[in-house]
Amino acid sequence: MTISEKSLDAEGLRARVADVLATHDPATTDRLEFLRARFDAGLAWVHFPVGLGGLDAPRELQAAVDAEFAAAGAPDNNPRRIGIGLGMAAPTILKFGGEELKQRLLRPLWTGEEVWCQLFSEPGAGSDLAALATRAVRDEGTGDWIVNGQKVWTSSAHTAQWAILVTRTDPDVPKHRGMTYFVLDMTQPGVEVRPLRQITGEAEFNEVFLTDARIPDAQRLGEVGAGWQVAQTTLMNERVAIGGNAQPREGGMAGKVAGTWRDRPELRTPELRDRLVKLWAEAEAFRLAGSRLRQQLAVGQPGPEGSGMKLAFATVAQELAALELEILGEDALRYDDWSMRRPELVDFTGREAGYRYLRSKGNSIEGGTSEVLRNIISERVLGLPAEPRTDKDVAWKDLPR
Amino acid sequence: MTDADLLYSDVETDLRASVRDLLTDHCEPASLLARVESDEPYDRALWRTLAGELGAAGLAVPDELGGQGASAREVALVLEELGRSAAPVPFLGSAVLATSALLGCDTAADAVADLVRRLATGEAVGALAVPLSTMTDAGFPGDVTAGADGTLSGTVRSVADGTAADVFVVAATGPDGPGLYAVDAAAADVSAPVSFDLTRPIADVTFHGAAATRLAGPDRAPDAVTGALLTGAGLLASEQLGLAQWCLDETVEYLKNRYQFGRPVGSFQALKHRLADLWLELVGARAAARYAADTLARGDADAPVAVATAQSYCAETAVHAAEECIQLHGGIGMTWEHPAHLYLKRAKASQVAFGAPGRHRAVLGDLVDLPA
Repeated sequence: MTISEKSLDAEGLRARVADVLATHDPATTDRLEFLRARFDAGLAWVHFPVGLGGLDAPRELQAAVDAEFAAAGAPDNNPRRIGIGLGMAAPTILKFGGEELKQRLLRPLWTGEEVWCQLFSEPGAGSDLAALATRAVRDEGTGDWIVNGQKVWTSSAHTAQWAILVTRTDPDVPKHRGMTYFVLDMTQPGVEVRPLRQITGEAEFNEVFLTDARIPDAQRLGEVGAGWQVAQTTLMNERVAIGGNAQPREGGMAGKVAGTWRDRPELRTPELRDRLVKLWAEAEAFRLAGSRLRQQLAVGQPGPEGSGMKLAFATVAQELAALELEILGEDALRYDDWSMRRPELVDFTGREAGYRYLRSKGNSIEGGTSEVLRNIISERVLGLPAEPRTDKDVAWKDLPR
Repeated sequence: MTDADLLYSDVETDLRASVRDLLTDHCEPASLLARVESDEPYDRALWRTLAGELGAAGLAVPDELGGQGASAREVALVLEELGRSAAPVPFLGSAVLATSALLGCDTAADAVADLVRRLATGEAVGALAVPLSTMTDAGFPGDVTAGADGTLSGTVRSVADGTAADVFVVAATGPDGPGLYAVDAAAADVSAPVSFDLTRPIADVTFHGAAATRLAGPDRAPDAVTGALLTGAGLLASEQLGLAQWCLDETVEYLKNRYQFGRPVGSFQALKHRLADLWLELVGARAAARYAADTLARGDADAPVAVATAQSYCAETAVHAAEECIQLHGGIGMTWEHPAHLYLKRAKASQVAFGAPGRHRAVLGDLVDLPA
């Protein structure tokens, strides 16, 4: 049986995995060479098209493929390091990119050879992303776009080769209509990256200054003026990526605080215990809600519950982290290290309790503030009317700012 | 823990539709108030259809004992719908508590099998003679004693659905230890105190040397009572979920149509965000309630954790939903004529049922190794 004849079910995919393993022994094959071979066999993301790392197979089969490779001791692409590329850039490029662009970008994105970052938020455009001011102007001579502006809250900008970028291309129309979406080469001279230090002391994020940065028109995703619609694809994938993973009981923050409680009997009081168990139960209820959501997806009946998972995750994590400091008492008066660092990976439950408390504050801001999520739930799930808007029919250049 | 099915099966969805149709026809909120203020607060016609025709009273009872051979999952689903309607039927007392206690006895014994069959078919209404507020870990009830002649004496206060009962399942301690007994309601002195929850009235039940049939002795009676309380607490979470869902739906509809300041009040963020938070609580409550029902249905070892989680969480969700319903309805929500108060009273009484949330958290802390 040749590869192309193998069926697109779990059995057929297992046979394909076996082929890759047979021709590229993980024990002796160079990591990058192995990952490229896996991509070329269509086993990177099986639901992607043939030739772009996939097989047009059902997405549910991916987990089994990942498990087969892991069981064989194969290297993975360190997905946490390249989360923005995998979770946000790739689906957007796939949906809106030209054929040549997809061929050029998706393989090194998946193998991790090229790291991606997201240039969306600006100092003047946070929750109101559509207010963004970074200008892209067409150079009529070359057809390239010349970009000027400032972006902020950019993870991985200092290691990124590429960025997904939303710009203002027409200031004379209402804000949602005058944007255009690009992929930007971060290594060019017009791109300056500065660390943005945050309340934990470290700098996960960056500010990115764009000064006459140049983008060939072939790197535009979607039509000129359709950047908002393209960005929706990215943002939808971002919210799925945060707070949507399977967790064991006491996974995440609940396990950290429970561990402290078990290790430090001398700190226990009845009042702290009731609060701890209350939060434990809440964390457990939403862990089960996450399982329920995945069961709904598996039978093809996604419910509206997904909109709430990130909101619940943020609230519970913050309350648990805050409680842990109260449990710790005197130990909560100390912090492990305020020195400026640039972590490659971010672990919300890493380091010590003080860090976890401070880092959790970001959970209700990043990837959509809890307030914006409440608007989305109340309008899209519950069907309540929107607040009256004053910014929808006004040209972007005439908006107060 | 990993095998739990947290969804609603097709069969369960069909069952929900049947029960909801019935309740829509017989139990709309506007007539609920007239019903509970009448001389007959229980809707017996509704109960006959629900128990007799739909077979809802015997869902978790095996076929050979006259039931439907389904499980706690289906019982939970009926409770969701009953909670949504605050339906005045003795389902919790008879189909959940009394039936669960009986199923904890030796069902090969004629007396047990006969009573299970009568309750499962709706021929008779049962009630478990314990205060509704009895905590799941309270130990064997001590209110009633059994004499050497097998008659029962004692008083049990605040029995759920006691005024509707034809027969009481009574935990009593006799010369040879704890036992479970059946007593005809005619042999008991049943009084109806003013009940905080108008749609599930309580009864005070006194036995003066009442004739009784012994259903279980010391070997089974304590576990039968504990099992019934655990099942009751776990499945009540689904009723609380259904109640909360009604409160949310009703409030959302009201806020879409109520105009103040020249716009629907549901367009104000201050109100929308409260409802979004409430909706999110229901997402958690639904998962917790489904997990409790599923573990009870499978006899899973994690059931006590699931019940304590669900009961502590869903009880608070129901009260929060009912309180938001009153507040966000504004003045009309505070009136006797609007049904919101019936839901608030059910929610608050149910929060105390089987022990208030803090007591379930204390139990949960012990179960999951978060010691005091």
